[in-house]
Amino acid sequence: MSDASYPDGLYYNEQHDWARVEGDSATFGITWYAQDTLGEVVYYSPAAVGTAVTQGGEYGELESTKAVSPLISPLAGEVTEVNDALEGNESSVNDDPYGDGWLIKVRLADPSQLDSLMDAAAYQAYIETL
Amino acid sequence: MAEETALRRTPLYDRHVAAGARIVPFAGWEMPVQYQGIIPEHLAVRTAAGLFDVSHMGQLELRGPGALESCQQMLSNDLRRIAAGHAQYTLLLNEAGRPVDDLIVYRFADDHLLLVVNASRVDDDRGWLADHLPDGVALDDRSAEMAMLALQGPTSLGLVELPELEPFAFVQADVCGVPAIVARTGYTGEPGVELMVAGERAAELWDAIVAAGATPCGLGARDTLRLEVCYPLYGNDLSLERTALEAGLGWVCALDAKEFVGAGALREQRAAGGHDRLVAFTMSERGIPRPGMAVLPAGVVTSGTMSPSLGLGIGMGYVPADGAAVGGAIQIDVRGRPLAAVIAKKPLYVKETTE
Repeated sequence: MSDASYPDGLYYNEQHDWARVEGDSATFGITWYAQDTLGEVVYYSPAAVGTAVTQGGEYGELESTKAVSPLISPLAGEVTEVNDALEGNESSVNDDPYGDGWLIKVRLADPSQLDSLMDAAAYQAYIETL
Repeated sequence: MAEETALRRTPLYDRHVAAGARIVPFAGWEMPVQYQGIIPEHLAVRTAAGLFDVSHMGQLELRGPGALESCQQMLSNDLRRIAAGHAQYTLLLNEAGRPVDDLIVYRFADDHLLLVVNASRVDDDRGWLADHLPDGVALDDRSAEMAMLALQGPTSLGLVELPELEPFAFVQADVCGVPAIVARTGYTGEPGVELMVAGERAAELWDAIVAAGATPCGLGARDTLRLEVCYPLYGNDLSLERTALEAGLGWVCALDAKEFVGAGALREQRAAGGHDRLVAFTMSERGIPRPGMAVLPAGVVTSGTMSPSLGLGIGMGYVPADGAAVGGAIQIDVRGRPLAAVIAKKPLYVKETTE
Protein backbone atom coordinates (compact mmCIF):
# COMPACT_ATOMS: atom_id res chain seq x y z
CA MET A 1 0.00 0.00 0.00
CA SER A 2 0.99 3.62 -0.54
CA ASP A 3 2.21 6.07 2.08
CA ALA A 4 -0.11 8.64 3.62
CA SER A 5 -0.49 11.77 1.48
CA TYR A 6 -2.98 14.59 0.99
CA PRO A 7 -2.05 16.54 -2.14
CA ASP A 8 -2.37 20.30 -2.27
CA GLY A 9 -4.76 21.64 -4.88
CA LEU A 10 -7.50 19.10 -4.14
CA TYR A 11 -10.75 19.80 -2.30
CA TYR A 12 -11.82 17.49 0.52
CA ASN A 13 -15.05 16.74 2.38
CA GLU A 14 -15.51 15.23 5.86
CA GLN A 15 -16.56 11.89 4.33
CA HIS A 16 -12.99 11.53 2.95
CA ASP A 17 -13.79 12.10 -0.69
CA TRP A 18 -11.61 14.42 -2.74
CA ALA A 19 -12.31 16.51 -5.85
CA ARG A 20 -9.82 17.75 -8.45
CA VAL A 21 -11.38 20.65 -10.32
CA GLU A 22 -10.44 21.56 -13.90
CA GLY A 23 -12.65 24.27 -15.42
CA ASP A 24 -16.27 23.19 -15.09
CA SER A 25 -15.46 19.52 -14.56
CA ALA A 26 -14.14 17.62 -11.55
CA THR A 27 -12.68 14.21 -10.77
CA PHE A 28 -13.65 12.46 -7.51
CA GLY A 29 -11.92 9.81 -5.48
CA ILE A 30 -11.34 8.77 -1.87
CA THR A 31 -8.47 9.94 0.30
CA TRP A 32 -5.53 7.97 1.58
CA TYR A 33 -7.16 7.97 5.03
CA ALA A 34 -10.38 6.53 3.56
CA GLN A 35 -8.69 3.69 1.70
CA ASP A 36 -6.54 2.89 4.72
CA THR A 37 -9.60 2.70 6.96
CA LEU A 38 -11.64 0.75 4.44
CA GLY A 39 -8.92 -1.79 3.69
CA GLU A 40 -8.32 -3.66 0.45
CA VAL A 41 -10.91 -2.53 -2.07
CA VAL A 42 -12.38 -5.46 -3.98
CA TYR A 43 -15.55 -4.05 -5.59
CA TYR A 44 -16.59 -0.70 -7.04
CA SER A 45 -20.16 0.12 -8.02
CA PRO A 46 -20.40 3.64 -9.51
CA ALA A 47 -23.39 5.74 -10.50
CA ALA A 48 -24.04 5.54 -14.25
CA VAL A 49 -22.86 8.17 -16.73
CA GLY A 50 -25.58 10.81 -17.03
CA THR A 51 -26.70 10.51 -13.43
CA ALA A 52 -27.15 13.77 -11.53
CA VAL A 53 -25.35 13.71 -8.20
CA THR A 54 -25.95 16.18 -5.39
CA GLN A 55 -23.43 17.59 -2.95
CA GLY A 56 -23.52 15.21 0.01
CA GLY A 57 -25.41 12.59 -2.00
CA GLU A 58 -24.16 9.13 -2.91
CA TYR A 59 -22.38 8.51 -6.20
CA GLY A 60 -21.70 4.81 -5.73
CA GLU A 61 -20.12 2.45 -3.26
CA LEU A 62 -16.82 0.79 -2.58
CA GLU A 63 -16.54 -2.56 -0.87
CA SER A 64 -13.41 -3.82 0.79
CA THR A 65 -12.53 -7.22 2.18
CA LYS A 66 -14.16 -6.05 5.41
CA ALA A 67 -16.72 -3.31 4.81
CA VAL A 68 -18.96 -1.45 2.39
CA SER A 69 -18.68 2.31 2.15
CA PRO A 70 -21.00 4.68 0.31
CA LEU A 71 -19.24 7.33 -1.78
CA ILE A 72 -20.37 10.83 -0.81
CA SER A 73 -20.20 13.41 -3.55
CA PRO A 74 -18.19 16.49 -2.54
CA LEU A 75 -19.90 18.58 -5.25
CA ALA A 76 -23.08 18.51 -7.33
CA GLY A 77 -22.97 17.71 -11.03
CA GLU A 78 -23.69 15.24 -13.80
CA VAL A 79 -21.59 12.11 -14.18
CA THR A 80 -19.62 12.26 -17.44
CA GLU A 81 -17.22 9.34 -16.97
CA VAL A 82 -16.58 6.46 -14.57
CA ASN A 83 -13.24 4.72 -14.10
CA ASP A 84 -13.95 1.42 -15.86
CA ALA A 85 -10.28 0.47 -15.58
CA LEU A 86 -10.89 -0.29 -11.89
CA GLU A 87 -12.94 -3.39 -12.75
CA GLY A 88 -10.66 -6.23 -11.77
CA ASN A 89 -8.04 -3.70 -10.61
CA GLU A 90 -9.86 -2.30 -7.60
CA SER A 91 -6.62 -2.30 -5.61
CA SER A 92 -5.62 0.85 -7.53
CA VAL A 93 -7.86 2.69 -5.07
CA ASN A 94 -5.47 1.57 -2.32
CA ASP A 95 -2.24 1.85 -4.27
CA ASP A 96 -2.84 5.18 -6.01
CA PRO A 97 -5.92 6.87 -4.53
CA TYR A 98 -5.28 10.24 -6.24
CA GLY A 99 -4.15 8.81 -9.59
CA ASP A 100 -5.19 5.52 -11.19
CA GLY A 101 -7.62 5.01 -8.31
CA TRP A 102 -9.88 7.92 -9.32
CA LEU A 103 -13.57 7.01 -9.29
CA ILE A 104 -15.76 9.35 -11.31
CA LYS A 105 -15.81 12.57 -13.36
CA VAL A 106 -18.64 15.08 -13.26
CA ARG A 107 -19.66 18.32 -14.99
CA LEU A 108 -20.09 20.74 -12.10
CA ALA A 109 -23.52 22.21 -11.43
CA ASP A 110 -22.45 24.92 -8.98
CA PRO A 111 -18.76 25.84 -8.66
CA SER A 112 -19.57 28.07 -5.67
CA GLN A 113 -19.93 24.84 -3.63
CA LEU A 114 -16.12 24.68 -3.57
CA ASP A 115 -16.21 27.19 -0.71
CA SER A 116 -17.77 24.54 1.55
CA LEU A 117 -14.88 22.07 1.10
CA MET A 118 -11.53 21.83 2.88
CA ASP A 119 -8.07 22.30 1.44
CA ALA A 120 -5.31 19.78 2.12
CA ALA A 121 -4.09 21.46 5.31
CA ALA A 122 -7.60 21.79 6.75
CA TYR A 123 -8.41 18.16 5.88
CA GLN A 124 -5.23 16.90 7.53
CA ALA A 125 -6.07 18.92 10.64
CA TYR A 126 -9.58 17.40 10.49
CA ILE A 127 -8.46 13.76 10.32
CA GLU A 128 -6.08 14.29 13.24
CA THR A 129 -9.18 14.99 15.35
CA LEU A 130 -10.71 11.60 14.44
CA MET B 1 -22.57 -9.90 28.98
CA ALA B 2 -19.68 -9.70 26.54
CA GLU B 3 -19.58 -5.91 27.01
CA GLU B 4 -18.94 -6.32 30.72
CA THR B 5 -16.02 -8.66 30.23
CA ALA B 6 -12.57 -7.29 29.44
CA LEU B 7 -11.16 -8.55 26.16
CA ARG B 8 -8.45 -11.15 26.54
CA ARG B 9 -5.10 -11.17 24.78
CA THR B 10 -3.17 -14.18 23.55
CA PRO B 11 0.52 -14.66 24.49
CA LEU B 12 1.32 -13.39 20.98
CA TYR B 13 -0.51 -10.06 21.28
CA ASP B 14 2.70 -8.02 21.50
CA ARG B 15 4.06 -9.80 18.41
CA HIS B 16 0.93 -8.84 16.47
CA VAL B 17 1.08 -5.20 17.50
CA ALA B 18 4.80 -5.00 16.70
CA ALA B 19 4.13 -6.48 13.26
CA GLY B 20 1.58 -3.74 12.54
CA ALA B 21 -1.49 -5.94 12.74
CA ARG B 22 -4.97 -4.48 12.87
CA ILE B 23 -6.48 -5.77 16.09
CA VAL B 24 -10.22 -6.44 16.36
CA PRO B 25 -12.44 -7.89 19.09
CA PHE B 26 -13.35 -11.49 18.24
CA ALA B 27 -15.20 -13.90 20.55
CA GLY B 28 -13.97 -12.04 23.62
CA TRP B 29 -10.37 -11.73 22.44
CA GLU B 30 -8.27 -9.00 20.89
CA MET B 31 -7.15 -10.77 17.70
CA PRO B 32 -5.21 -9.73 14.58
CA VAL B 33 -7.56 -9.50 11.59
CA GLN B 34 -4.72 -8.74 9.19
CA TYR B 35 -1.07 -7.67 8.99
CA GLN B 36 -0.22 -6.59 5.43
CA GLY B 37 -3.68 -7.34 4.00
CA ILE B 38 -6.18 -10.16 3.71
CA ILE B 39 -5.48 -10.84 0.03
CA PRO B 40 -1.66 -11.21 0.20
CA GLU B 41 -1.99 -13.28 3.38
CA HIS B 42 -4.60 -15.51 1.76
CA LEU B 43 -2.42 -16.03 -1.32
CA ALA B 44 0.62 -16.76 0.87
CA VAL B 45 -1.27 -19.69 2.39
CA ARG B 46 -2.43 -20.94 -1.03
CA THR B 47 1.05 -20.72 -2.58
CA ALA B 48 3.59 -20.96 0.27
CA ALA B 49 3.06 -20.94 4.03
CA GLY B 50 1.16 -18.80 6.51
CA LEU B 51 1.18 -18.75 10.30
CA PHE B 52 -1.95 -18.00 12.34
CA ASP B 53 -2.37 -17.31 16.04
CA VAL B 54 -5.42 -19.36 17.00
CA SER B 55 -4.75 -19.25 20.73
CA HIS B 56 -8.28 -17.95 21.28
CA MET B 57 -9.61 -21.45 20.58
CA GLY B 58 -10.61 -23.53 23.57
CA GLN B 59 -9.04 -26.75 24.85
CA LEU B 60 -11.22 -28.99 26.99
CA GLU B 61 -9.57 -32.10 28.35
CA LEU B 62 -11.46 -35.22 29.46
CA ARG B 63 -9.72 -37.74 31.69
CA GLY B 64 -10.78 -40.84 33.52
CA PRO B 65 -12.19 -44.28 32.89
CA GLY B 66 -15.20 -43.93 30.63
CA ALA B 67 -13.88 -40.79 28.89
CA LEU B 68 -14.04 -42.43 25.46
CA GLU B 69 -17.50 -43.88 26.07
CA SER B 70 -18.84 -40.52 27.22
CA CYS B 71 -17.46 -38.89 24.06
CA GLN B 72 -19.12 -41.58 21.99
CA GLN B 73 -22.36 -40.67 23.71
CA MET B 74 -22.02 -36.89 23.36
CA LEU B 75 -20.20 -36.40 20.05
CA SER B 76 -21.78 -37.17 16.68
CA ASN B 77 -18.90 -38.87 14.88
CA ASP B 78 -17.77 -42.42 15.64
CA LEU B 79 -14.51 -42.50 17.60
CA ARG B 80 -14.12 -46.20 16.79
CA ARG B 81 -13.17 -45.03 13.29
CA ILE B 82 -9.90 -43.54 14.58
CA ALA B 83 -7.07 -45.01 16.62
CA ALA B 84 -5.22 -43.37 19.50
CA GLY B 85 -2.96 -40.66 18.08
CA HIS B 86 -5.59 -39.46 15.63
CA ALA B 87 -8.02 -36.57 15.64
CA GLN B 88 -11.53 -36.31 14.21
CA TYR B 89 -13.90 -33.53 13.15
CA THR B 90 -17.16 -33.93 15.05
CA LEU B 91 -20.17 -32.13 16.50
CA LEU B 92 -21.47 -31.61 20.01
CA LEU B 93 -25.24 -31.71 19.44
CA ASN B 94 -28.24 -30.94 21.57
CA GLU B 95 -31.26 -33.25 21.74
CA ALA B 96 -32.73 -31.53 18.66
CA GLY B 97 -29.68 -32.48 16.60
CA ARG B 98 -28.46 -28.89 16.49
CA PRO B 99 -24.80 -28.13 17.13
CA VAL B 100 -23.77 -26.71 20.48
CA ASP B 101 -20.37 -26.54 18.73
CA ASP B 102 -18.26 -28.09 16.02
CA LEU B 103 -14.85 -29.27 17.15
CA ILE B 104 -11.83 -31.50 16.70
CA VAL B 105 -11.49 -34.36 19.19
CA TYR B 106 -7.99 -35.72 19.82
CA ARG B 107 -7.91 -39.34 20.96
CA PHE B 108 -4.87 -39.71 23.24
CA ALA B 109 -6.14 -42.86 24.99
CA ASP B 110 -9.41 -44.45 26.04
CA ASP B 111 -9.19 -42.47 29.29
CA HIS B 112 -7.80 -39.24 27.81
CA LEU B 113 -9.31 -37.08 25.06
CA LEU B 114 -8.90 -33.42 24.16
CA LEU B 115 -11.57 -31.28 22.50
CA VAL B 116 -10.44 -28.19 20.58
CA VAL B 117 -13.46 -25.93 20.36
CA ASN B 118 -14.51 -22.51 19.11
CA ALA B 119 -13.53 -19.55 21.28
CA SER B 120 -17.07 -18.21 21.12
CA ARG B 121 -18.46 -21.51 22.41
CA VAL B 122 -16.01 -22.67 25.06
CA ASP B 123 -18.14 -21.56 28.01
CA ASP B 124 -21.30 -23.14 26.57
CA ASP B 125 -19.41 -26.32 25.68
CA ARG B 126 -17.94 -26.61 29.16
CA GLY B 127 -21.36 -26.18 30.73
CA TRP B 128 -22.95 -28.69 28.37
CA LEU B 129 -20.23 -31.26 28.98
CA ALA B 130 -20.31 -30.77 32.75
CA ASP B 131 -24.06 -31.43 32.73
CA HIS B 132 -23.73 -34.60 30.65
CA LEU B 133 -20.49 -36.21 31.83
CA PRO B 134 -20.75 -39.27 34.06
CA ASP B 135 -19.05 -39.39 37.46
CA GLY B 136 -15.43 -40.41 37.15
CA VAL B 137 -14.69 -38.40 34.01
CA ALA B 138 -12.90 -35.16 34.89
CA LEU B 139 -13.29 -32.08 32.69
CA ASP B 140 -10.37 -29.65 32.67
CA ASP B 141 -10.56 -26.35 30.76
CA ARG B 142 -6.98 -25.76 29.60
CA SER B 143 -7.85 -22.88 27.26
CA ALA B 144 -6.14 -20.21 29.34
CA GLU B 145 -2.79 -21.98 29.65
CA MET B 146 -2.51 -23.31 26.07
CA ALA B 147 -1.58 -21.34 22.99
CA MET B 148 -2.21 -22.62 19.48
CA LEU B 149 -0.50 -21.82 16.19
CA ALA B 150 -1.67 -22.97 12.77
CA LEU B 151 1.04 -23.34 10.13
CA GLN B 152 -0.70 -23.83 6.78
CA GLY B 153 0.20 -23.93 3.10
CA PRO B 154 1.85 -26.10 0.45
CA THR B 155 5.39 -25.42 1.75
CA SER B 156 4.44 -25.45 5.43
CA LEU B 157 5.48 -29.02 6.19
CA GLY B 158 9.07 -28.41 5.05
CA LEU B 159 9.62 -25.02 6.67
CA VAL B 160 10.75 -26.22 10.09
CA GLU B 161 11.51 -29.72 11.30
CA LEU B 162 8.24 -31.48 12.00
CA PRO B 163 7.35 -35.08 12.78
CA GLU B 164 5.99 -36.90 9.73
CA LEU B 165 2.25 -37.35 10.14
CA GLU B 166 -0.63 -38.47 7.98
CA PRO B 167 -3.65 -36.15 7.84
CA PHE B 168 -5.48 -35.95 11.19
CA ALA B 169 -2.69 -37.76 13.04
CA PHE B 170 -1.01 -36.07 15.99
CA VAL B 171 1.98 -36.60 18.25
CA GLN B 172 3.74 -34.85 21.10
CA ALA B 173 7.09 -33.57 19.85
CA ASP B 174 9.49 -30.64 20.10
CA VAL B 175 9.12 -28.07 17.31
CA CYS B 176 11.96 -25.52 17.15
CA GLY B 177 12.86 -26.68 20.65
CA VAL B 178 9.36 -26.07 22.04
CA PRO B 179 7.33 -29.03 23.37
CA ALA B 180 4.11 -29.17 21.37
CA ILE B 181 1.15 -31.29 20.40
CA VAL B 182 1.62 -31.42 16.63
CA ALA B 183 -1.49 -32.27 14.61
CA ARG B 184 -1.94 -32.55 10.84
CA THR B 185 -5.11 -30.49 10.96
CA GLY B 186 -6.21 -27.07 9.79
CA TYR B 187 -8.96 -24.81 8.54
CA THR B 188 -7.61 -23.63 5.19
CA GLY B 189 -7.82 -26.57 2.77
CA GLU B 190 -4.02 -26.64 2.57
CA PRO B 191 -1.53 -29.08 4.04
CA GLY B 192 -0.31 -27.96 7.43
CA VAL B 193 -0.12 -28.50 11.14
CA GLU B 194 -1.69 -27.03 14.23
CA LEU B 195 0.63 -26.70 17.20
CA MET B 196 -0.60 -26.58 20.78
CA VAL B 197 2.01 -25.27 23.20
CA ALA B 198 2.25 -23.79 26.66
CA GLY B 199 1.36 -20.11 26.49
CA GLU B 200 4.74 -18.98 27.84
CA ARG B 201 6.57 -20.73 24.96
CA ALA B 202 4.29 -19.48 22.17
CA ALA B 203 6.21 -16.33 21.25
CA GLU B 204 9.47 -18.27 20.91
CA LEU B 205 7.82 -20.75 18.53
CA TRP B 206 6.08 -17.97 16.58
CA ASP B 207 9.39 -16.14 16.08
CA ALA B 208 11.17 -19.30 14.90
CA ILE B 209 8.51 -20.18 12.34
CA VAL B 210 8.27 -16.61 11.02
CA ALA B 211 12.08 -16.52 10.76
CA ALA B 212 11.88 -19.72 8.71
CA GLY B 213 9.72 -17.89 6.18
CA ALA B 214 6.07 -18.23 7.15
CA THR B 215 3.84 -15.20 6.51
CA PRO B 216 1.95 -14.00 9.60
CA CYS B 217 -1.76 -14.24 8.76
CA GLY B 218 -4.81 -12.82 10.50
CA LEU B 219 -8.35 -13.96 11.04
CA GLY B 220 -9.46 -12.18 7.85
CA ALA B 221 -7.48 -14.54 5.63
CA ARG B 222 -8.49 -17.47 7.82
CA ASP B 223 -12.12 -16.66 6.99
CA THR B 224 -11.63 -16.28 3.22
CA LEU B 225 -9.52 -19.47 3.10
CA ARG B 226 -12.06 -21.58 4.97
CA LEU B 227 -14.97 -20.25 2.94
CA GLU B 228 -13.29 -21.11 -0.39
CA VAL B 229 -13.15 -24.74 0.77
CA CYS B 230 -16.63 -24.50 2.37
CA TYR B 231 -15.66 -25.28 5.94
CA PRO B 232 -18.58 -24.04 8.04
CA LEU B 233 -18.03 -21.38 10.69
CA TYR B 234 -19.91 -21.60 13.97
CA GLY B 235 -21.99 -18.46 14.47
CA ASN B 236 -22.33 -17.97 10.70
CA ASP B 237 -23.15 -21.28 9.05
CA LEU B 238 -23.70 -23.33 12.19
CA SER B 239 -25.93 -22.40 15.08
CA LEU B 240 -28.58 -23.72 17.44
CA GLU B 241 -31.14 -22.73 14.78
CA ARG B 242 -30.10 -25.41 12.26
CA THR B 243 -29.59 -29.15 12.51
CA ALA B 244 -26.45 -31.02 11.51
CA LEU B 245 -28.26 -32.44 8.46
CA GLU B 246 -29.38 -28.99 7.31
CA ALA B 247 -25.76 -27.86 7.66
CA GLY B 248 -24.60 -30.69 5.38
CA LEU B 249 -22.75 -32.40 8.22
CA GLY B 250 -24.52 -35.74 8.08
CA TRP B 251 -21.15 -37.25 7.16
CA VAL B 252 -19.86 -36.60 10.69
CA CYS B 253 -23.02 -38.02 12.31
CA ALA B 254 -22.77 -41.79 12.83
CA LEU B 255 -26.55 -42.27 12.70
CA ASP B 256 -26.36 -45.93 11.68
CA ALA B 257 -23.42 -46.92 13.86
CA LYS B 258 -24.16 -45.73 17.39
CA GLU B 259 -26.43 -43.84 19.75
CA PHE B 260 -25.54 -40.26 20.71
CA VAL B 261 -27.25 -37.10 21.89
CA GLY B 262 -29.28 -35.70 19.01
CA ALA B 263 -29.26 -38.88 16.91
CA GLY B 264 -33.00 -39.53 17.34
CA ALA B 265 -33.98 -36.09 16.05
CA LEU B 266 -31.61 -36.43 13.10
CA ARG B 267 -32.95 -39.87 12.17
CA GLU B 268 -36.47 -38.44 12.16
CA GLN B 269 -35.39 -35.51 10.01
CA ARG B 270 -33.53 -37.82 7.62
CA ALA B 271 -36.63 -40.01 7.24
CA ALA B 272 -38.91 -37.04 6.70
CA GLY B 273 -36.57 -35.34 4.21
CA GLY B 274 -37.40 -32.00 2.66
CA HIS B 275 -35.30 -29.92 5.07
CA ASP B 276 -33.34 -26.81 4.15
CA ARG B 277 -29.76 -27.27 3.03
CA LEU B 278 -26.58 -25.27 3.41
CA VAL B 279 -25.34 -24.72 -0.13
CA ALA B 280 -22.32 -22.98 -1.60
CA PHE B 281 -22.66 -20.52 -4.44
CA THR B 282 -20.63 -18.28 -6.71
CA MET B 283 -21.70 -14.89 -8.00
CA SER B 284 -22.34 -14.66 -11.74
CA GLU B 285 -22.49 -10.87 -11.57
CA ARG B 286 -19.98 -8.58 -9.91
CA GLY B 287 -20.89 -8.09 -6.27
CA ILE B 288 -20.08 -9.52 -2.87
CA PRO B 289 -22.53 -11.55 -0.81
CA ARG B 290 -22.50 -10.95 2.95
CA PRO B 291 -24.13 -12.77 5.88
CA GLY B 292 -27.80 -11.90 6.36
CA MET B 293 -28.51 -11.05 2.72
CA ALA B 294 -31.58 -12.75 1.25
CA VAL B 295 -31.26 -15.55 -1.29
CA LEU B 296 -33.96 -15.26 -3.96
CA PRO B 297 -36.41 -16.89 -4.44
CA ALA B 298 -35.88 -18.23 -0.89
CA GLY B 299 -33.09 -18.56 1.62
CA VAL B 300 -30.46 -16.60 3.51
CA VAL B 301 -26.72 -16.04 3.13
CA THR B 302 -24.70 -17.17 6.18
CA SER B 303 -21.17 -16.50 4.89
CA GLY B 304 -19.92 -14.43 1.98
CA THR B 305 -16.79 -12.78 0.73
CA MET B 306 -14.73 -11.85 -2.29
CA SER B 307 -12.68 -14.95 -3.05
CA PRO B 308 -9.02 -13.97 -3.47
CA SER B 309 -8.25 -17.25 -5.27
CA LEU B 310 -11.21 -17.19 -7.65
CA GLY B 311 -11.58 -13.43 -8.07
CA LEU B 312 -15.34 -13.42 -7.59
CA GLY B 313 -17.93 -13.24 -4.88
CA ILE B 314 -18.63 -16.53 -3.10
CA GLY B 315 -20.79 -17.61 -0.21
CA MET B 316 -22.82 -20.20 1.60
CA GLY B 317 -26.41 -20.06 2.70
CA TYR B 318 -29.50 -22.03 3.61
CA VAL B 319 -32.04 -22.67 0.86
CA PRO B 320 -35.13 -24.93 0.69
CA ALA B 321 -34.53 -28.55 -0.38
CA ASP B 322 -36.23 -28.06 -3.74
CA GLY B 323 -33.92 -25.15 -4.54
CA ALA B 324 -30.65 -26.71 -3.45
CA ALA B 325 -29.47 -28.55 -6.59
CA VAL B 326 -25.95 -27.81 -7.82
CA GLY B 327 -26.18 -25.65 -10.93
CA GLY B 328 -29.39 -23.98 -9.83
CA ALA B 329 -29.77 -20.28 -10.57
CA ILE B 330 -30.43 -18.02 -7.59
CA GLN B 331 -30.12 -14.33 -6.85
CA ILE B 332 -28.54 -12.59 -3.89
CA ASP B 333 -30.17 -9.38 -2.67
CA VAL B 334 -27.11 -7.13 -2.38
CA ARG B 335 -28.47 -4.01 -0.68
CA GLY B 336 -31.57 -3.92 -2.85
CA ARG B 337 -29.94 -5.13 -6.06
CA PRO B 338 -30.78 -8.75 -6.98
CA LEU B 339 -27.54 -10.14 -8.43
CA ALA B 340 -27.30 -13.48 -10.26
CA ALA B 341 -25.52 -16.40 -8.60
CA VAL B 342 -25.34 -20.14 -9.14
CA ILE B 343 -25.32 -22.98 -6.62
CA ALA B 344 -21.96 -24.71 -6.88
CA LYS B 345 -20.36 -27.95 -5.76
CA LYS B 346 -18.39 -27.84 -2.50
CA PRO B 347 -15.53 -27.07 -2.15
CA LEU B 348 -15.59 -23.92 -4.28
CA TYR B 349 -11.80 -23.87 -4.50
CA VAL B 350 -9.96 -26.97 -5.64
CA LYS B 351 -6.20 -26.88 -5.91
CA GLU B 352 -4.85 -27.54 -9.37
CA THR B 353 -2.60 -30.58 -9.13
CA THR B 354 0.38 -29.94 -11.36
CA GLU B 355 2.68 -32.60 -9.94
